[in-house]
Amino acid sequence: MATGDQDKSNELAEAVKTAVKNRARLTITGGGTKRFYAGDVEGDALDVTGHRGIVTYEPTELIVTARAGTTLRELEAALAEKGQMLAFEPPWFGEAATLGGTIACGFSGPRRPYAGSARDFVLGTRIINGRGEILHFGGEVMKNVAGYDVSRLMVGALGSLGVLLEVSLKVLPIPAKETTLWFEMPANKAIDVINALGAQPLPLSAACHLGDKLYIRLSGSELGVQAARDKLNGKTLDKGNDFWHDIREHRSRFFQDAAPLWRLSVPPATPAINLPGKWLHDWGGAQRWLKSEAPAKEIQEKAESVDGYATLFRRSSRHGAQFHPLPKQLSELHRNLKRAFDPDGTLNRELFSPVQSAA
Amino acid sequence: MSTPQPTLPSVSRESLAHQLREKLPRNAVLTDAEDMRPYECDGLSAYRRLPWIVALPEDIAQASYVLKLCASHNIPVVARGAGTGLSGGALPHEAGVLLSLSKFNKILEVDPVNRTATVQPGVRNLAISEAASPHGLYYAPDPSSQLACSIGGNVAENSGGVHCLKYGLTVHNVTGMKFMTMDGELIQLGGKALDIPGYDLLALMTGSEGMLGVMVEFTVKLLPKPERAQVVLAVFDEIEKAGDAVAAIIAQGFVPAGLEMMDKLAIKATEEYAKAGYPLDAEAILLCELDGTAEEVSEGIAEIRTLLLKQGAAEVRTAKDEAERLRMWAGRKAAFPAVGRLSPDYYCMDGTIPRKHLAKVLTRIGELSKEYGLAVANVFHAGDGNLHPLILYNANNEGELEKTEALGSKILEFCIAVGGTVTGEHGVGIEKINQMCLQFSKGEIEQFHALKAAFDPHGLLNPGKAVPTLSRCAEFGRMHVHSGKLAYSDLERF
Repeated sequence: MATGDQDKSNELAEAVKTAVKNRARLTITGGGTKRFYAGDVEGDALDVTGHRGIVTYEPTELIVTARAGTTLRELEAALAEKGQMLAFEPPWFGEAATLGGTIACGFSGPRRPYAGSARDFVLGTRIINGRGEILHFGGEVMKNVAGYDVSRLMVGALGSLGVLLEVSLKVLPIPAKETTLWFEMPANKAIDVINALGAQPLPLSAACHLGDKLYIRLSGSELGVQAARDKLNGKTLDKGNDFWHDIREHRSRFFQDAAPLWRLSVPPATPAINLPGKWLHDWGGAQRWLKSEAPAKEIQEKAESVDGYATLFRRSSRHGAQFHPLPKQLSELHRNLKRAFDPDGTLNRELFSPVQSAA
Repeated sequence: MSTPQPTLPSVSRESLAHQLREKLPRNAVLTDAEDMRPYECDGLSAYRRLPWIVALPEDIAQASYVLKLCASHNIPVVARGAGTGLSGGALPHEAGVLLSLSKFNKILEVDPVNRTATVQPGVRNLAISEAASPHGLYYAPDPSSQLACSIGGNVAENSGGVHCLKYGLTVHNVTGMKFMTMDGELIQLGGKALDIPGYDLLALMTGSEGMLGVMVEFTVKLLPKPERAQVVLAVFDEIEKAGDAVAAIIAQGFVPAGLEMMDKLAIKATEEYAKAGYPLDAEAILLCELDGTAEEVSEGIAEIRTLLLKQGAAEVRTAKDEAERLRMWAGRKAAFPAVGRLSPDYYCMDGTIPRKHLAKVLTRIGELSKEYGLAVANVFHAGDGNLHPLILYNANNEGELEKTEALGSKILEFCIAVGGTVTGEHGVGIEKINQMCLQFSKGEIEQFHALKAAFDPHGLLNPGKAVPTLSRCAEFGRMHVHSGKLAYSDLERF
C-alpha cells in the first residue's frame, strides 16, 4: 500500500446523508482536471481526492480495484510495474486526474476502437447513492450477470447517479511491440483506407487522420507487428508514443486555438462531414474532433443526419460541455433513472445536461 | 421500495385474445393448452408453467399493440426468444401474455464497411457470422448453444462464450438497439457509432433479462476473422497444476482467444460422446487457443507449449491441422449433451469465481458431491473464471431434483463466499433468485427495484424474475451477511 491510502467511504456517505437532510446540493470533486467538461456548478464540494489507494490488484486475474480518488498516475504506474495497462488509454487532461473523474466522464483514448472503451473495462463499482447508502454492484470477476449492470451505467453519468467510491477494472498486458506508420492522403481517402484495413486481421491499435496524413499504430508481438508493417508499407514515425500521447491529451497543435472544440461520434466509415472548421479524425473515423464557430444547432443536426451525435466538448467559458439533446421518451427515462438513484437531486444536480436539455 | 406485483387482469382471456386478434393474425394468438405447450418452459425444463395467452407479433407495430393493450389491462408480459435460456428467464406468467419474438427473424443489414450487422431479435447467433462470412467478418460472442440461441436472448442475458476473455461479452459487441417500453413506445439507442449520448442505457439493457423493455432490433459489431487460430491441449494429473498453468499463461502476457478446462468426469463423458481424443486418465485438461496473424500465433504457441510443460503438464499436444483443432474443440462444445448421455438428467450451474480460488472451489464441490451422493462434472471457462458444474441426477427418483437444487445452491453460496457471483452468463431468471438475497444487500436490492420502476412503474415486464422481493429474501431465510450483521434483520420472518 502506498502512503496516504485512505478509506473515507463512511465519511463521504455521512456527508451525503447530511446534505439530503439539509436539502443541500453537492458537487463531487476530484482532481479538477475535467472541470472544463463539467463546468462550474452550484453546490457544496464533496471532495473525494482523500479517498484513495489501490484496494486489490491481481495481475494474473487481469483485475485491479482502486478507490475513486486514486490518481491515474499512481494506478498506471502500479500496472506498468507488472507489464499491464488500462487498455482504454484514458486521457488525463492534467497530473491530478483521478480514476473516479475518468470513469464519471467515461473518456477513452486512441486505443478505444480496437480495444474497447472505459465502460467496456469496468467490472464493478462501489457507490454512494443519493440516499447516502453505500452499494456494491458487479465485482472482481470477468463475467457477472447477477442484477442490472449498474456499474457500467455509472460510466459517463458524471456523478449524477451516485458518488463513485471504488472501481474494479479489467486490465490487459502492455503489447510487446508498438510502432506507428504514416501515409500522406486527404481525409476522405484516409477514412476509406482505415475502414478497409479494419476489416482485415491486422494488429491495429489506433488510427487517426490529422492535417494531410493518416497515422496508424500497430501493437502486438514483435513478429506480428513486423509482418503487418511489411504488409502496409508506410513510413515509420519516430516518436510514435509522443504523437499518440499528444492526441490523447489534446496537446497536438490542432487543439491549440480559441475556437470551440466539438466531438462528433459517428459511424466510422462516414465520409468527411461538410461543416466549417478544422477536423481531426480519430478512432478510425468514429470520433471526429471539430474546431468550429458554427452554431450548435447546425453541428448537431449534421451529426444526426449521419446517425451520430455531437457534444460541445470544450469552450472558453466556464459552462462546461453542451450535450446532444435527447428525444422526449429517452430524456424521460433519464429523469426517471436520476430519481431512482438520487430522489432529492442532491448529487451533481446540474451537471448532466441531457436531462436538463429535455426538461 | 419494492416492485409492485401485478394485480388481477381486468379482462377475461377470451376478451383479450379477441382484442389481440384485431391487429394480429388469427394464428398468432394462442389460447389452447395444446398450442401453448411448447412455450411452457425454456432450456431450464425443471420449471414449467402454461402461459395465459401466447402472442406472436410479426412486426414492431404489432408488438407495440400487444404491449399497449397489456399495459392498459394491467397484464404481465414475458418476452421470449429461441427458448434456449438456462435460468428460466422465459418461464411464462400464469396470468400473463407470453410475447414470442420468433417471427422477428430477419437480418436487416450487413454493413461490411462500418463492420456492423443490424438484426432482429429472433436471428440465431451463428446466422450472423454466416451472413458476415463472405466479407471476412464474424460476430464474436459464441455461446455453446450458438446454433440455436437467438441474439435477442443473448442480449437479454449478456451471454458469453468460449472466446470472451479476448473478445468480450455481448455487452461489448452491441452498438445499437431499439426497444419498447411496457407502454409500447419505441426507443432507439445508438446505431453504428461506437457510443451513445446520455446515460449508457445500452449497457444497462444488456443482461436486463426482459425486465426493463422488449428489445426488437440490434446493431452488433463484426470483427475480421483472425488469419490463423491454433489450439494446444495440455494434460494434467492434478487439477491444481492446471489452475496454476492458467495463471502462468496470463502472467506471461497472453490473452488467449479461448482457455477452457475440464475435469475427469467431464473428460470421460465427452470422450465417449464426441471422440475428441482426450486422454481418459487425466485429472484435468486445458485447451488454450491463440488467434491473430500467422506470425503472432506461431510465436505464441511455441512459448505456451514450453510454459505448460514447465508448469507440469504431463503432455502437450498441438493440433496438427484445422481438422484436429476443430475436433479438440468439438469435445468441449459437446460437453453438455455428452454429460446428458451419462445421466437421465443434469443440472448446469453458472458461478463465476476469482480464478485463484479454483482449486479450493473444486475441492469443495467434490466434498459436496459426496455429501449429497450426486456426481458432478466440471467444465470451466478458465480464462474468465466462469465455472459450469453439471450435477448428474435422475428426476424420476423421488426427491432427487430437490436434492440437486440444494446441492446447486450450496455450490453457488460457496462461489459468493470466495468473492464470485451466482451467475456468469446464464442469468438469474427464476432459478437463482433466492441466491440473489445472499449476494446483494437490502439497499442494493431496493436500488434494483427502483431502477426497474424507472422503466416499468407497474412491474408488468417479466414479474418475479431476476431480482427477488425483500419478502422473498426474508422467506428464503439465508441472507447476505455484511460485517457480521444480518442484512434483513428489520424484516418480519415468515
